[in-house]
Amino acid sequence: MKKFSFHPCGNYHENYSQELNIFETDFGRVCLILFLAVLFLVAPFVLSPYMLYILNMIGISAIAAIGLNILIGFTGQISLGHGAFFGVGAYAAAILATRLGLPFYLSIPSAGIITALVGMIFGAPSGRLKGLYLTIATLAGQFIIEYVLIHWDSMTKGTMGITLPTTTIFSWEVTGDRAFFFLIFISLVLTTWFAVNIMRSKYGRAFIAIRDNDRAAEGMGIPIFKYKLLSFGISSFYAGFAGAIWAYYMVSITSEPFNLGLSVEYIAMVIIGGMGNIPGAIFGATFITLLNELLRYLTGVLMNVGFVTSTGLNMAPLREFVFGLAIVLFILLEPKGLAELWRIVRSSFRLWPFSY
Amino acid sequence: MDFFLQLLVNGVCVGLLYGISAMGFVMIFKSSSVLNFAHGELLALGAFFFLALITWAQIPIFAAFILTLIGCFILGFIIEKFFLRPLIGEKLIFVIMLTVGLAAMFKGLILLIWGGNLHTYPDFLPESLALKLGAIYIAPVYTATLVISIIFLVLFGLFFKQSSQGIYMRSVADNQKAALSLGVNVRRVFALSWAIAAMVASMSGIVLGIINGVNVHDLSSIGLKVFPVVILGGLDSISGAIIGGIIIGLLETFTGGYLSPSLRDVVPYIVLVFILLIKPYGLFGLVEIERV
Amino acid sequence: MGEILLQLNNISVVYSDVIQVLKGVSLSVEKGHIVSLLGSNGAGKTTTLKAISGLLKPENGEVTDGSVIYNGKNIQNQSPEYITRQGIIQVLEGRQPFKYLTIEENLRVGTATRPSKPYKQDLEMVYNYFPALVARRKSLAGYCSGGELQMLVIGRALMAHPQLLMLDEPSLGLAPLVVQEIFRIIKKINEEHETTIVLVEQNAHMALQVAHYAYVMENGKIMMEGASKDLADNPDVKEFYLGMAATGIAKSYKDVKAYRRRKRWL
Repeated sequence: MKKFSFHPCGNYHENYSQELNIFETDFGRVCLILFLAVLFLVAPFVLSPYMLYILNMIGISAIAAIGLNILIGFTGQISLGHGAFFGVGAYAAAILATRLGLPFYLSIPSAGIITALVGMIFGAPSGRLKGLYLTIATLAGQFIIEYVLIHWDSMTKGTMGITLPTTTIFSWEVTGDRAFFFLIFISLVLTTWFAVNIMRSKYGRAFIAIRDNDRAAEGMGIPIFKYKLLSFGISSFYAGFAGAIWAYYMVSITSEPFNLGLSVEYIAMVIIGGMGNIPGAIFGATFITLLNELLRYLTGVLMNVGFVTSTGLNMAPLREFVFGLAIVLFILLEPKGLAELWRIVRSSFRLWPFSY
Repeated sequence: MDFFLQLLVNGVCVGLLYGISAMGFVMIFKSSSVLNFAHGELLALGAFFFLALITWAQIPIFAAFILTLIGCFILGFIIEKFFLRPLIGEKLIFVIMLTVGLAAMFKGLILLIWGGNLHTYPDFLPESLALKLGAIYIAPVYTATLVISIIFLVLFGLFFKQSSQGIYMRSVADNQKAALSLGVNVRRVFALSWAIAAMVASMSGIVLGIINGVNVHDLSSIGLKVFPVVILGGLDSISGAIIGGIIIGLLETFTGGYLSPSLRDVVPYIVLVFILLIKPYGLFGLVEIERV
Repeated sequence: MGEILLQLNNISVVYSDVIQVLKGVSLSVEKGHIVSLLGSNGAGKTTTLKAISGLLKPENGEVTDGSVIYNGKNIQNQSPEYITRQGIIQVLEGRQPFKYLTIEENLRVGTATRPSKPYKQDLEMVYNYFPALVARRKSLAGYCSGGELQMLVIGRALMAHPQLLMLDEPSLGLAPLVVQEIFRIIKKINEEHETTIVLVEQNAHMALQVAHYAYVMENGKIMMEGASKDLADNPDVKEFYLGMAATGIAKSYKDVKAYRRRKRWL
């Protein structure tokens, strides 16, 4: 039996495969397995449907945020069109399901692939453009996709929206928060696993090289255009995948939610969670989703307080304001995001009582 | 034909406004390389500030106009000092996201105070400003727009070409290190460019408010329309911003007039993508002078 | 000895908190003199200038030890805005013009330290020194030749009426005749305006001709100093900086097998 390992005191790596290990210690691996076990075996059976709904929303956002983090945090290409790509995924799944009658286990991945292709089209300018110009190009992508979603009536039914058939796997109907919980979180685990692993591969290293210095990367023989496109593709696949699940979960979709605000929300998740950190994207998704829910709850409460309504204040915009404030504060105070805070907390526990 | 000419005139006027609001944007970008996503909110702030002054405080129009400009000038200073300065030298995305965050904050603030409804200014432009050229009717607002735009353009031209402060600002945009070595106060230049940009934005916000009414959502979406304009004109060219603005303005009014009103708002972005693919640094952007 | 304008006492400079570049440099500059700093690449000459002019900070450098005294005032680690207003102007290495400004606008940026004063007279003065610039006053600096640009950046610094002008490699990449012209003008500026000049140069031959006094730097330390005439006669300097054999005649490739002289100061 292998010896159970704890944190070594120093860097004892002897070869590259040790450097690339996901878990430095078995302790971390065991913790994760325990966490997942609790998540899957306990959470869905004890939590209320509302709590499960929130967890599900976190899971969906986390998938999309991981995708965006691959693009922004690892490849260094800023995209303001992620919300629209999410929408493309949702619509692709809905159309595939209603027009072609595809079962959900086929339509969700196909939606992901369609979104990846769309994402690569809008990523194509990255061959010539860098930094600010690329950001603006993706902004244009956001608006154009939004327009197409609203005005391509024959496909998307415009402002009417599409209603999806119920999800069935063989003869089991996937409905309700609990069933979707399993679908979403199994997907999240798989996509996280895939993202973590791709970052340890040749592709991941190429992405990071492009982020850190694209000219040097090109000089080292990395075909940067190909990798940038690939990065756009992977990231949009994640967005489309998440969007497709979301469409099934919501049952009926309209083009309304997929606006610039959503794109900004995803970027906020990446920044608040920590750029270039995959667990960070999950933290960020959790933070933003909880913040959204909390603010919704608060405005609901404040609406009923006599004092506030009598002064004629409308509390709904508070959400927008707090959201902006959160972004600004994180950037000014902890630009490495929640992942960094988590690391600090963890290491202070680990090193306790000797702080260094 | 008359319809065509009417559209042409409207397009040029709207375009000039776009151009002028883009000018403030370009100025910030030129001096401090910050892409300002809160530009639309600055426009809206100016418009609402003006609204508050003339309806709540009942200040005469002209004084209110000047006060708004001064107020936004100070606001620009404050934004730079408290939010942008700590980020000097940080990664691009942080700076972009900071302005996005600011945009959300400002928007929320405006919504909290004024709500999302459409407000209108009292009618104060005299009908005598209206021009009639044959069958074309130029509304007083558009005449005023034209006049104000030209005044601002001339002032800016003089400021950047002739005044010392303007030349210092351009020098910082050009080569920050050399400017430092000559004793140019770089921080003041940054602050000043934000202040001027906010001032110009408030001016265009007011005029747009006169034309379309004052609504947060509309005004802040115009802030995003600045992007096609500046890309068309080149991110770092002030005169390009004006020309880009006029082109986008014409494009919009013609699409709205002849094709479909719903296409009107996307057309600039479609053009934007094509321009980026064909001529990435804009039609009038400075060609990078590279000599070693 | 005349009046001392600038005094560096044993300064150390560290970049990014880890890289120590200057290890205790002391030098003094007499008012009205041209003082030359010689040394190979990476010896710390440019860093010394930046330590004086305050331009270390944007590059994450800092004077960690010692003091820089200018006109009796401590100026180490002050902001460049403050230092330039005391009359110290550094001309950066490698000619850094404002490419998108015209020659005349470039010159006007030089008035940044005294913005309210009239500048017309100063323009005349600069055009007097550098007649070559007059013809190009309206053209963009980005399209001018290297020699014109060097004149431009020196002229730009003169617009600030510096008491102490620091030139970083004015001869970089210029044709020998242009170099001679530029050094002639530097000498002239020094004589007519009584501007004190610190000159960093690779072209030791030219530098020793115009300078009154010179320092030789290596590895972040001053290795030698003396009146430039004495240094020019020093056999070490001859061998390592002037390309002469110890005997005083130009080194010939016939003697390639000859043992290289050891540096006496090591």
